[in-house]
Amino acid sequence: MSDVRTSPEPAATGTVPPPPRRPRTRPSSVLYDAPGPRARRTTLIASVVTVLLLVAAGYLWVYRPLDGKGQLSQEKWGPLVDPGNQYFQQVWNRVGTGFRATLTAAVLAIVCALVVGTLLALLRVQLRQLRLRRYPELSGPVARLLQGLTWLLNIVTRFCVEIFRGLPVVITIFFVARGLPEFGFDVDTLWYLVIGLTIYNSVVIAEILRSGMDGLPGGQREAAESIGLSPFQTTRMILLPQSFRIMLPALISQLVVVLKDTSLGFIIGYEELLSITKQVTQILHNPLQMYFAIGVIYIAVNYALSKLAQYVQRRLARGRRSAGVAQTAHTPAAVGAVRDEEN
Amino acid sequence: MNVLVDRFDVFASGFWLTLQICLLSAAGALIIGTLMAVLRISPVPPLRAIGTAYVTVFRNIPLTVVAFFTAFGLPELGSNASFLKIPVLDSLFTRLGMDLPYFRFFVLALSLYTGAFVCEALRAGVNAVAAGQAEAARALGLTFTQNLRHVILPQAWKAAVVPLGSVIIAMIKNSALAGFFGIVGDLSQAADELTSQEGLALIPVFIGISVGYLVMTVPLGILLDRIESRRPVTR
Repeated sequence: MSDVRTSPEPAATGTVPPPPRRPRTRPSSVLYDAPGPRARRTTLIASVVTVLLLVAAGYLWVYRPLDGKGQLSQEKWGPLVDPGNQYFQQVWNRVGTGFRATLTAAVLAIVCALVVGTLLALLRVQLRQLRLRRYPELSGPVARLLQGLTWLLNIVTRFCVEIFRGLPVVITIFFVARGLPEFGFDVDTLWYLVIGLTIYNSVVIAEILRSGMDGLPGGQREAAESIGLSPFQTTRMILLPQSFRIMLPALISQLVVVLKDTSLGFIIGYEELLSITKQVTQILHNPLQMYFAIGVIYIAVNYALSKLAQYVQRRLARGRRSAGVAQTAHTPAAVGAVRDEEN
Repeated sequence: MNVLVDRFDVFASGFWLTLQICLLSAAGALIIGTLMAVLRISPVPPLRAIGTAYVTVFRNIPLTVVAFFTAFGLPELGSNASFLKIPVLDSLFTRLGMDLPYFRFFVLALSLYTGAFVCEALRAGVNAVAAGQAEAARALGLTFTQNLRHVILPQAWKAAVVPLGSVIIAMIKNSALAGFFGIVGDLSQAADELTSQEGLALIPVFIGISVGYLVMTVPLGILLDRIESRRPVTR
């Protein structure tokens, strides 16, 4: 996640940076020494050759075949780029509608997933603590019953989490859209998409938050309990807020995943960006150009979001260092986060 | 419930096709990802730029769009992805050699998409190796290849194996898109077929399809958890 690409800084090893800041190295400098004159010359030659090869390959394998098939013609691109074209207004209006629908679904899904995911994380952490409780103040059978109940709930939540984390989100959405009407729950396709995405992402978010709470130093919980907070208060007031803070970058990355997954709406007939594009291409017969355009839109939005995640991560890392909170809290959490954010 | 028993052949063949897609795409993604990771950490700036551009594009675009692109774009480029008709492989995975190109297109799309994530996992692994390790190796006079082979790659592999595994799990889940892209007979298309066309009860079909995917994803996840807890990554 941490992109260590910085402005080209001379990799001079002679000057030692000030101790509190770790020297930020470019990815290449881990493997290579600071280049000497010969290496610099080789690099320059290799760069020039690469650029030439790229241009040649682009011309031979992309430009020529596309041009040959007339894919670069005004007829195909006009509706997208030429304001004078008769379809220009309509096309961008439709794309705008689709984009709004995509954003609506994504925002609703992420909000629902956050709420459900937080509750789920709380539930799982609580259950895990309750499992160890012996209820000495209650009589034997009642205590045993409560213990059995927590054990059962623990198993059930664990089971659900594993199932929905392991299922493809497409399958979840598909069966939500097919299944809910059968049980008399007939709503707009938007809600099928939102529910499907929420089921999957709330489980993932719950796991992110839980690994954040597990990654906190044990002293946090001990301190909270020693000033008399109940276990639930400890989780709610001490652990969860810190977990949110640590896991904020991972949560933003999850937003990228949700935004990408809204494009699955075309499967259940929700009119978001992708399915509207599909409709447009059936009329204008320019699939390549349309998909190129919406590809650019998706990339722009998601790239901005992932940059935001990186910025937040850097800010948090800096804040933590200057605040002097134990840095150990960061490492296990970050390692855990890696597992969930990919999709 | 006897749908599961009666139509077991549908589920089984769907599972086999999904597994084929996953195996081929995993191989493709590992090849592409490694190549891109090498580009991204190379000392030549344009090569680095290619790697970065690749990762930026494919990480931020939905797999559905990539799949549409391969399905519509490749024919326009004058290719039917027939370069994937690899002699020995296509006798094993018969769909590769078929005239209908959708299987090849989808495998290609999934490989391209997953390749970006593989690249990031590998690169993160290499970056996780402390810079002092490589510096020490150079100071000892190891050549570049020796440095890679004996010092960096063993440690990078340790740091990269768990993220790589989760990338592959995500890929298996993403392969469920195949059924909605004109590939006949994989698990997700079987779900569509059995419920929409044949009108069978939803719940048993859902269970059958789910088991098909969970059989692949859950054991892999458990394995990864075990590796993760056994070998904590030293930083």
